[in-house]
Amino acid sequence: MYAFNYQRPTSLADAATAIQAEEAKLLGGGQTLLPTLKQRLARPTDLIDLGAIPELKGIREADGGLEIGAFTRHAEVAHSDLVKRVIPALASLAEGIGDRQVRNMGTMGGSIANADPSADYPSAVVALKATVTTDRRTISGDDFFTGMFETALEPGEILKSVRYSRPDKAAYAKFRNPASRYAIVGVFVAKFGADVRVAVTGAAGSVFRAEAFEAALAADFRAEALNGLSVDADGLNADIHASADYRAHLVTVMAKRAVEAAG
Amino acid sequence: MSCTVSMTVNGKTVSREVEERTLLVAFLREHLGLTGTHVGCDTSQCGACVVHVDGRSVKSCTTLAVQANGAEVMTIEGLAAADGTLHPMQAAFREHHGLQCGFCTPGMVMSAVDLVRDNPNPTEAEIREGLEGNICRCTGYHNIVKAVKAGAEAMAGAQATPVAAE
Repeated sequence: MYAFNYQRPTSLADAATAIQAEEAKLLGGGQTLLPTLKQRLARPTDLIDLGAIPELKGIREADGGLEIGAFTRHAEVAHSDLVKRVIPALASLAEGIGDRQVRNMGTMGGSIANADPSADYPSAVVALKATVTTDRRTISGDDFFTGMFETALEPGEILKSVRYSRPDKAAYAKFRNPASRYAIVGVFVAKFGADVRVAVTGAAGSVFRAEAFEAALAADFRAEALNGLSVDADGLNADIHASADYRAHLVTVMAKRAVEAAG
Repeated sequence: MSCTVSMTVNGKTVSREVEERTLLVAFLREHLGLTGTHVGCDTSQCGACVVHVDGRSVKSCTTLAVQANGAEVMTIEGLAAADGTLHPMQAAFREHHGLQCGFCTPGMVMSAVDLVRDNPNPTEAEIREGLEGNICRCTGYHNIVKAVKAGAEAMAGAQATPVAAE
């Protein structure tokens, strides 16, 4: 790891000032950033630790849904009675991230801001019609993820919280990489009245909605409604773990499992 | 560039001047001489480096020492009682032969204690799931799972009498 300056601001305003330093990086739980630094794949001049900022923490009920602070650890979301009551699918998603130790450190905001194509949280942001709040503005969850490891966040903009809508029914089903536990394919299905969202992570460069699946499920919210439907394998990720064709196949399988789990 | 890092380790307050990039595992092993915490893969996978920070198990190879500034840290050295009596989980690993070479054992035990705190009576499946972040290349996990089950029962039985300086 290259040397860096370490700062631990205690307010969002101080963090916003600190991040203006040249080549500064924000540190959440560090479960992606620290391995990246250890491999010398990044060389920030400053690490701005967000762990001491009260405005970034906590889970609360808001507009019938949930507002979760960016520096809320995966284990806190997974074990929260409030999350289990209001959006149990979200608690279940958090419980499936990485391993126990990663969940004890890693943060929701870190996962979302990093926008790893195989991360779990982006599917929840899109499927649960979320709104992302930063220190500068609010961004619709639909517009937040712009590409592989790319988001609508501007340089130095700090993710503050995410507001998730409460669905009538929802579930997340993932086919995970057995070593990393990242999603080879993960599908989050959420039903809001007559409206259904199907958000797919792991399969492409960034999370996307399977609109044909959504239309079929809006008409008939049963796994059988997806029979014969599939996403186009063209442009999907292909690596040593799974080919594009296999990922396309998994999207339908995981979507069906999610619908069954949602009940 | 350096900074002062202070924390409580196994009940004792410690303070050292370290480089900001010092990992918690290096702080424990190299600055404090607590070599019970191991470095296995050094890539957040194997769990040989698991310690408790404020009661939660974390991988100390993927945590900066400064992130634990002000925290209560417990390593495998802090688990047994002052008189040397093993923690019930340590005793269960010995009793059930939950180790062969022993390299992964400190991390296994620390993860197991954290797991049992959340779930005092885990099933075999829950133990296997709870130990996903710990890799053992000797035992095939069978005796480790048995040890954790027995350790959990012993911890429940020992609750009335404090057995460790936790």
